Amino acid sequence: MISANLSAIFYLVSGVLFILALRGLSSPETSRQGNLFGILGMIIAITVTFLSIGNFSSGFIFVLIFILIGGSIGAFIAYRIPMTAMPELVAGFHSLVGLAAVFVAISAFLNPEAFNLGTPGNIKLGSLIEMSIGAAVGAITFSGSIIAFLKLQGIMSGSPITFKGQHPLNAIILISIIVLTYLLCSTQSSNLFWILLFVSFLIGFLLIIPIGGADMPVVISMLNSYSGWAAAGIGFTLENTALIITGALVGSSGAILSYIMCKGMNRSFFNVILGGFGATEDTSNKSSKEQRPVKSGNADDAAFLMKNASSVIIVPGYGMAVAQAQHALREMVDTLKKNDIKVSYAIHPVAGRMPGHMNVLLAEANVPYDEVFELEEINNDFANADVAFVIGANDVTNPVAKTDPQSPIYGMPVLDVEKCKSVLFVKRSLSPGYAGIDNDLFYKENTLMLFADAKKMTEEITKNL
Amino acid sequence: MEIDPLIFRLSIFILSIFVGYYVVWSVTPSLHTPLMSVTNAISSVIIVGAIIAGLSGNSESIFNSSSIFGFLAIALAAINIFGGFLVTQRMLAMYKKKKKDK
Repeated sequence: MISANLSAIFYLVSGVLFILALRGLSSPETSRQGNLFGILGMIIAITVTFLSIGNFSSGFIFVLIFILIGGSIGAFIAYRIPMTAMPELVAGFHSLVGLAAVFVAISAFLNPEAFNLGTPGNIKLGSLIEMSIGAAVGAITFSGSIIAFLKLQGIMSGSPITFKGQHPLNAIILISIIVLTYLLCSTQSSNLFWILLFVSFLIGFLLIIPIGGADMPVVISMLNSYSGWAAAGIGFTLENTALIITGALVGSSGAILSYIMCKGMNRSFFNVILGGFGATEDTSNKSSKEQRPVKSGNADDAAFLMKNASSVIIVPGYGMAVAQAQHALREMVDTLKKNDIKVSYAIHPVAGRMPGHMNVLLAEANVPYDEVFELEEINNDFANADVAFVIGANDVTNPVAKTDPQSPIYGMPVLDVEKCKSVLFVKRSLSPGYAGIDNDLFYKENTLMLFADAKKMTEEITKNL
Repeated sequence: MEIDPLIFRLSIFILSIFVGYYVVWSVTPSLHTPLMSVTNAISSVIIVGAIIAGLSGNSESIFNSSSIFGFLAIALAAINIFGGFLVTQRMLAMYKKKKKDK
């Protein structure tokens, strides 16, 4: 058994290692080393916990068994999951962190002696407050992530689910959580604790159902943040530095990502959270526009255009992930490069269903990361490029965002695809994107629509090159 | 007068938020997905609480209502720890630079 002071120092060390793990992600070269720091920090934290309890009784065996069970499930998932399913995986993992926080809080509430928090019915006030916050935030993270997971998996419709009185109801529930926490702390009643948990589960569910599929990058980042705050709340209860540091890191990380995603859509955080984007769109003025002529072509035309280009910019979007077209795309680009055509990739911050989604898919297809550029880095290059190849993206290329103040996406930063000499747009139909508005780009003189499945079209173009 | 230890923990918390803020802004956008999976893994350090909870039973009864929740939390956190770190490892291994010989 090691002293409380020594274990506190080790927890601090593991907290610092976690900071270094995040620091490593500033560049792909250092990132792998950063991940090892993270693993080391985790091993230290777990080992120190065992040593500080010092009770290697039969219970210890069960701890190992449960670590082993969970660990093998986790490892199995990690190796088997396709990269396109990463948003679902992350949402699923968030729900587990949330539920684990809830379970630890329940356990501490039922047996506070084990945590030095007092006795049942007479838990230290500070600890009880921290515990309630940790449990409530954990429960919200859990149910919210489950909904996000179901929406991303397509088990639940990705379109926003709204009903009358939604916002007042949510407000009432949020207020009741605060009241319940107050009452719980003054009465120590276990019934109130269970009600608090139930209500928190409910609000997590209600908060996420009105949010549509394309807003998922914000939701996932937000839930990421919540899982951190839940961990920090439990960290205060357990007086554990590693947990407090980690919770704060994860909490601010998720908050920053949500901010970046909101900025990428030119929407305020509250606008996203209140939900229902696209559902409020009036459809009356759309029907008239759909009669406009578009030029459509086949793989042969596309191959001809690209063969005669000297530089091509690829704009991938969620449709590429759905069609699993990243490998076919890389093969097409390889053929283009053999013909001495310069190719780069342009990634919009909110392309895909989570932050950095497109980058991971391109990396999976062996696209070198120094050919992949963010919006600000590449946006000026469109004017000098010959061909823009838009595959599975839509709203993020819509020039309306720059020209029409009436448009719901006005002011959103978009890729200046229309400045290219010609635009190839791979899409299954003319249907509008998530924002529910027509893309002006379809009707431009220099746009060639390629109506097909992204993967099939890309493969055919490669054949024709 | 002595300072409440809570104040120290609060200080660590606030300073860590600032550390997190600056560290995460320096993360390159192309690594935002690995960032999410690794933050997932490290927030599962909550397993230390779960282990304390799991070992809270005495030698006669390893399983009581409190320790069962602890054991369940251990399993959940372990899924996250192994899954989170391994999937991050897998993703990061894919980020390669352009080969010079073409």
